[in-house]
Amino acid sequence: MNFTQMIIPLNITKTISDWIYSIMPETAASYTIMVIIAVAYLALFAVAGLYLVLLERKVAAWFQLRIGPNRVGPWGLLQTMADALKLVSKELTSTIKIDKFLYNLAPYFVIVSALMAMAVFPFSEQFQAFDINIGVFFLIAISSIGVIGILLAGWSSNNKYALIGAMRSGLQTISYELSVGLSILTMVLLTGTLQLSEIIEAQRTGGWLILQGHVPSIIAFMIFMVAGTAETNRAPFDLVEAESELGAGFHTEYSGMKFAYFFLAEFINMFIISSIAVVLFFGGWLSPFGITENIAWFPQVFWFIIKVLGLIFLMMWFRWTFPRLRVDQLLTLEWKYLLPLNLMNIVLMAIVIWLNWTI
Amino acid sequence: MTNEDLQNIIIGLGTDLEFTTEGSEFLNVIVPKEQLHSICSQLKSHPELKFDYAFCITGMDWVPALGVIYHLNSTELKHEIVVKVMVEDRENPTLDSVHDIWQTADFHELEIFDFFGIKFNNHPKLRRIFLTPEWEGFPLRKDYVDEANMIIK
Amino acid sequence: MTDQQTQNKIKTEEYFINMGPQHPAAHGVLRLILTIDGEIIKNVEPDLGYIHRSIEKMCERDSYQQIVHLTDRMDYLSSHINNEAVCLTVEKGLEIEVSDRVKVIRTIIDELTRIASHCLWWGVMGMDLGALTTYFYAFRDREMINDIFEETCGARLTMNYNVPGGLMFDIHPNFVKRTKDFITHFKTKIPEYDRLLTGNVIFQKRTKGVGILTREDAISFGVSGPTARGSGFSSDVRKHHPYSAYDLVNFKEILFTEGDTFARYQVRMMELWESVSIIEQLIDNIPEGETKAATKAVIKLPKGEFYQRVETARGELGVYINSTGNKNPYRVKFRSPGFSNLSVLNHISKDVLIGDLVATMASFDFVIPDIDR
Repeated sequence: MNFTQMIIPLNITKTISDWIYSIMPETAASYTIMVIIAVAYLALFAVAGLYLVLLERKVAAWFQLRIGPNRVGPWGLLQTMADALKLVSKELTSTIKIDKFLYNLAPYFVIVSALMAMAVFPFSEQFQAFDINIGVFFLIAISSIGVIGILLAGWSSNNKYALIGAMRSGLQTISYELSVGLSILTMVLLTGTLQLSEIIEAQRTGGWLILQGHVPSIIAFMIFMVAGTAETNRAPFDLVEAESELGAGFHTEYSGMKFAYFFLAEFINMFIISSIAVVLFFGGWLSPFGITENIAWFPQVFWFIIKVLGLIFLMMWFRWTFPRLRVDQLLTLEWKYLLPLNLMNIVLMAIVIWLNWTI
Repeated sequence: MTNEDLQNIIIGLGTDLEFTTEGSEFLNVIVPKEQLHSICSQLKSHPELKFDYAFCITGMDWVPALGVIYHLNSTELKHEIVVKVMVEDRENPTLDSVHDIWQTADFHELEIFDFFGIKFNNHPKLRRIFLTPEWEGFPLRKDYVDEANMIIK
Repeated sequence: MTDQQTQNKIKTEEYFINMGPQHPAAHGVLRLILTIDGEIIKNVEPDLGYIHRSIEKMCERDSYQQIVHLTDRMDYLSSHINNEAVCLTVEKGLEIEVSDRVKVIRTIIDELTRIASHCLWWGVMGMDLGALTTYFYAFRDREMINDIFEETCGARLTMNYNVPGGLMFDIHPNFVKRTKDFITHFKTKIPEYDRLLTGNVIFQKRTKGVGILTREDAISFGVSGPTARGSGFSSDVRKHHPYSAYDLVNFKEILFTEGDTFARYQVRMMELWESVSIIEQLIDNIPEGETKAATKAVIKLPKGEFYQRVETARGELGVYINSTGNKNPYRVKFRSPGFSNLSVLNHISKDVLIGDLVATMASFDFVIPDIDR
């Protein structure tokens, strides 16, 4: 792999990378650049995660006839920053009977797997850290690692509520992973590639994939959003941390920054699910009808973020209006409805492509 | 059904029953404690009585006797009586449980056991429901003394 | 192997968890000791007393006027109705007839209290099932009732507006207008409640067929109030033993026969409409008259036993006073609706999931100080 391709080749980054290559040998330079990119991504998405928390609180307030955070900074913009500072400075408390090693490991599993997935997203034509040819596959693989962290957290906490929450998380993720994978597969049939940048390229001429694939695409999108909400353990599928049943579920025994990792990971996961949907269904950074395609200075990342925020708003809308499912209903929904529908949908998509009925 | 009619039926259900309406809006039936369970089950099953709803079960300390007051209602025939039972033994008062007749008695008997110390035979699981298991004494008895927590003016 | 043998072989070990005393679904300090097999509940054993204040013992030392003030700490969401229960019992003992004005005002405030309580229940029911938004919608409307109460008697929750013989003082001049405004406002909001929660598919799936309580069990366990009426047990004290002005108004007793969580939900939702209708019938016709009958400074009830029941938002509250003729009662017993309703919980929560238990408890509308007293 050529690591220079990984760099964001805007002018300023190009200058920095040229400079690093000029002062040290090539191997050392590429590793240095990898570290710099990792740190930059970490900082960027940690802050982005914090602002998603703020957005959620504002959206929730809007749904609930409230004002929401408005004291720290203008319009409460610094509220979640202050919260994060508080969490960082808090004492890490835990019970005596925990399994220390696994207990401490669990939050990192969750946050690292969430942040790793960010690497492959093409935020614009050039803004992509890691453009591998199995991008979609990588995303599915990475997103299933997070559940191991949740299971570890629940098991090592030595708390019955946490254990029940973790077990629920396991069965939920294993079930809904199928629907996420299959609905992505439906779209891959249409593009014929797993590379995210190429998937977007395929939409430049033919229109967004949700239009190209019309009926089966729309079905796949709906299934993906339902299963994706379940994957992120958000309401109405938040059985993992159902507070009226389990207190706080798997992270009952966590405090301070370790709790914050779980909390932040939930929001980054929501961003990931929305980003996958944007890439696979809504043309990624492509502007609608190509309206800004000829304006050279217009940042393509604008369209990507707008679309992602739209889908995140949809997921927040679910959360603040729907009651929670029961655990058996959760499984019934997946195994009796979504999965058969999904399998039929794949066949339908194959027929559509075979008969050349795509738009 | 008037109180006289009720009295005429109930008087045949057991022996040594006392009836009074003095100082109460209901017909009071004072039942010997040995006959409590048999009379209560007949009160529920008798086709002209059908007392199926025990809406209030109260523990009582008529010094020196302890006892229980059952307020009964028939949801079908709409009449009401009060059954009273007394037990003289303050050290080890024991009555028959009626939880198999009115299931609400299960919890109310726990409450009475907790506060008056009346034990109920055949109760499924007699335990302190409000107070801690190691609590000494029975607070709603008239001779209960707790100098720390009770302020008597 | 037969099915039974397979069953025995793969039987898992049961374990118990403490649900409470601090648990979000308990709405207070109720502790349930759950015996669980996987996620299936095998036994529910309530352990009470975390907020037990022995109000019955305190009553034995206090005068009759003082007892009234203790009762709104029992079921704090029906505080006015609790106060009224004691006042009615004392009035029954003293054979005082209160004026029609007092009766009507008491009834109006009873129904406002019931609406406020049901609003809170509706918000919390949604929250227990994971729909957090309901809470804020309900509190928006409950707040208006609390404002009316505050203007009327100075308190928003524990009101103490009743005294033996009538009311502490007359209603505020704005009372009628504000109550009418509230009724007009609230009639447009109940359909909004339905749109937000009642029609939701997930909500109906979570509540229909869950926690089924049969009519026979409801009677045998002494269940009362909306909980019993969801099982078809006609237990409305306002109908069967009318007190205050309930014999002057027309209202339906809401009865459902399914006995499940959704039926109990619907009973309470429709009771909102009935309460609104009762207030509408009375609010324009508050008769003139005394607001307080003359009582002696030291009330002594004649020797005897007095029993009075009222319908709180949760069910039948019975007040039993045994008097020996002194200024203190000899024995006071509060037959609280919550305590009897709680006793049936174990019976109907066998072999259900944790989520079902939470839904069932939400539909019972427990107020823990009412259970503990």
